[in-house]
Amino acid sequence: MKRLLKGGRVLDPASGVDGDYDVLIEADRVLRVERGLPADDDVRVIEVPRGFVIVPGLIDMHVHLREPGQEHKETIATGTASAVAGGFTAVACMPNTSPVNDNAGVTQFMLNKAAESGLARVYPIGAVTRGSKGEQLADLAELHAAGCVGVSDDGHPVRTALIMRRALEYTSMLKMPVIDHCEDPSLKGDGVAHEGFHAAALGLRGIPGAAEEIMVARDVTLAGMTGGHVHIAHMSAKGSLRAVRHGKEQGFAVTCEVAPHHFTLTDEALHRPVQYDTNVKMNPPLRDATDVAALLEGLADGSIDAIATDHAPHHADEKLVEFDRAPFGIVGLETCVPLALDRLVHTERISLRRFVELLSVNPARILRRPGGALAPGSVADITVIAPDARVTIHARALRSKSKNTPFDGWELRGAPAATIVGGRTVFTNPAVTGSAVFA
Amino acid sequence: MTKSSLKSKDSETALAPTSRPASRLRSKHLLGIEELSPEEIVLILDTAEAMREIAERPIKKVPTLRGRTVVNLFFEPSTRTRTSFEVAEKRLSADTLNVAIATSSVVKGETLVDTALNLEAMSPDMIVLRHAASGACHLLARVCRSRIINAGDGMHEHPTQALLDAFTIRQHKGRLAGLKVAIVGDLLHSRVLRSNVLLLTRLGADVWLCGPPTLIPTGIERLGVHVTPAVDEAVADADVIMLLRIQLERMEGGFFPSLREYFQVFGMTEERVRRARPDAIIMHPGPMNRGVEIASEVADGPYSVILEQVANGVAVRMAVLYLLAGGIDDEAAA
Amino acid sequence: MPVVMDADRMGRTLTRIAHEIVERNRGLDELALVGIRSRGEHLALRLASRLQEITGRPVPTGALDITLYRDDLMRHAVGPQPLVRRTEIPFSIDDKVILLVDDVLYTGRTIRAALDALIDFGRPKAIQLIAFVDRGHRELPIKADYVGKNLPTSRRESVQVRLEEVDGHDEVLVEVEGQ
Repeated sequence: MKRLLKGGRVLDPASGVDGDYDVLIEADRVLRVERGLPADDDVRVIEVPRGFVIVPGLIDMHVHLREPGQEHKETIATGTASAVAGGFTAVACMPNTSPVNDNAGVTQFMLNKAAESGLARVYPIGAVTRGSKGEQLADLAELHAAGCVGVSDDGHPVRTALIMRRALEYTSMLKMPVIDHCEDPSLKGDGVAHEGFHAAALGLRGIPGAAEEIMVARDVTLAGMTGGHVHIAHMSAKGSLRAVRHGKEQGFAVTCEVAPHHFTLTDEALHRPVQYDTNVKMNPPLRDATDVAALLEGLADGSIDAIATDHAPHHADEKLVEFDRAPFGIVGLETCVPLALDRLVHTERISLRRFVELLSVNPARILRRPGGALAPGSVADITVIAPDARVTIHARALRSKSKNTPFDGWELRGAPAATIVGGRTVFTNPAVTGSAVFA
Repeated sequence: MTKSSLKSKDSETALAPTSRPASRLRSKHLLGIEELSPEEIVLILDTAEAMREIAERPIKKVPTLRGRTVVNLFFEPSTRTRTSFEVAEKRLSADTLNVAIATSSVVKGETLVDTALNLEAMSPDMIVLRHAASGACHLLARVCRSRIINAGDGMHEHPTQALLDAFTIRQHKGRLAGLKVAIVGDLLHSRVLRSNVLLLTRLGADVWLCGPPTLIPTGIERLGVHVTPAVDEAVADADVIMLLRIQLERMEGGFFPSLREYFQVFGMTEERVRRARPDAIIMHPGPMNRGVEIASEVADGPYSVILEQVANGVAVRMAVLYLLAGGIDDEAAA
Repeated sequence: MPVVMDADRMGRTLTRIAHEIVERNRGLDELALVGIRSRGEHLALRLASRLQEITGRPVPTGALDITLYRDDLMRHAVGPQPLVRRTEIPFSIDDKVILLVDDVLYTGRTIRAALDALIDFGRPKAIQLIAFVDRGHRELPIKADYVGKNLPTSRRESVQVRLEEVDGHDEVLVEVEGQ
């Protein structure tokens, strides 16, 4: 059965296509991308509403799906449902589950669960060290063979420079990145918020930007020394961006990602609209206006490679405690696209093309996965975006099991309209698509 | 003190030239000085003036809060603040309930929210909360029906302490505006500091903060204060010197090398006090570490008003309880 | 706003009350005046000076703030919380005949609160009530021993006693609500 997406604008940076084209899909592949494709009898036509944009499926390369072990927060089923509702055709999930994904058994379990749900693709990220304890390398080749696309001890930094070095050397043979959660534990201490005026006024222990910058500088140096590929996870500080730029200038294999909350909120959110809202507690923390300004610049000028949400679901009970005791993290899969469109594209900080690079082309490249392109023959992972649709974020309506978001009530312009994985429509947003039928 | 009672007459019968005096507190909670306007602060101080007089009567009791229940929910040990609140509550004829929770960071037990909601099931009218986490009172104010009074939350605020400090200063100096107030000690970890800075700047004092650079909170100058590590500069011609407690754990955290060195560089000695104005007053929220932040001779000397602070604490807390209690019955009926 | 008493009339009324006090009380040494804040306090001071003119003896005078004794404190959702001021009774009230002074006697609740407060200060021999204006509508069994002026009013009206010390001039007005 063939399907024809007719009447939309197609934006495929990989092939340079940007204009009004029709897309013909057969089974799980893109067959043709041309103007004026005929609607034959064996083709089902989908009328794409005026103004909608068809892009290669978006990929969120940093999410926490919490399964196995923390299913009260999220499961692979609910997490992938949240992903496709956010317009993502694939997600890369972190290994800090219970047990930690440091062996093929857990990796396989995750892949099986994802296949059962049949929604977004799941690319597991394995642990760098056994149990992510930072002492001994995990069986990285086994993890890679089982399907891991990268390794990380996320939740913690890779503990010592020596282990980071070994990991980078070893993974260079496997051609997968070491993804590091950069922070110096001694400078972070028991900090819970960005070290600055707002934390000081509220009596919250601070985490200085330097805690992140120092580790980024370490990792960039080691990437240069070993030739391995380091990817900086959830980068938040202007100093970190400086170090990344320096590494790229030197030709080191350094890439980095930024989460939407880090380019839309500052540490002022600790104070307003509500004080001590645990839904603004995450690690790395929301930083100050100068850090946000630097990140916006980096998103525009290409120094930042990807946007990734660091989707971190937590049960409501866990967040209804004193700020100090609340776990770090917020959900992000369903707020990312509206935030990026509203705050980056509509403000003309970046073009829609760059948006696709940040959310599809580059993540596919960094994880060395198919995707990020719509050329004939590519797998039919497609996101249909309604860039002008006005939406209001309602925490209660999120498909994620957890609703810990600071964006509840935000009115934004831009939303995913439909998500197609392997040629199957796995999500449509009727509020946005209206009468158009994408199935 | 005639000056202060004249002041209260003025605020009741004549409109002040620049701002209208407050006749009530806007919020049903006292979470911090942050939420108080200068007029509300003056209202509390003026009311405390009247409450002080009750301590001088043979029967130190008024029936104002008769039949009301106030819970003192203290997650941190505290003799001074808790007994001060208790005396204040009893003088207003309220029924008091002291709940002391011994916490251990290892044992998880019941959450703060659950503890408070369970207490609320017994319908207290007010909860006085002291807790080790900054923002604990804000959390309870969101989930509880009772009025919440902050008796100290983590490193954030200790509003009744700042109010009794201001009351004490006003007793001696007649005003706060234009006074040079030097605050010396562990600024970073002190909730008394934050509350005092907010209150003193709001009422027009010239505030100087002093301590080792390791203990100065980032960005604190934004609150409108001078910051210096030089204690001589801070106390020069000061009208008020406030000392903050230094805790032993700070030494272990590497904030300064030793208590001995702290005393040498920052300790308030008689010699340092002489740089202040001749009628300067010395204050300390207590408990004191003699020989660390303050020399014994200074603590016991003629300029010290430390014991008065304690006495004023009861009057100020009575004022807060009284001002927050209005409207309880109407809300209950609604 | 009808003026029911002017300054002159008020002055003569106070003088008349002072003479009544002297007439009814045998032991002038036992007398003490306590004015209920805020206007009762000034009326008490004026009476004290008239008594001193008549008897040649000073009469101890104090001021009582009854805010903390009111029975309606917890019900002020709409109105402001009344401002509390100091009570200043710089003498012992034990075995004294206390002349309690209030500007307007209405429901009687203020006097009830004042009696509660006074009892906390000691054990007077007797308490006599001086009301400068009695406007009726008692809700408690309270009666004034000395009345400056009986002024029947309706509930919609309010009686305002203005004093030089507080308001800049002396007069008594009756206002109708809404005017």
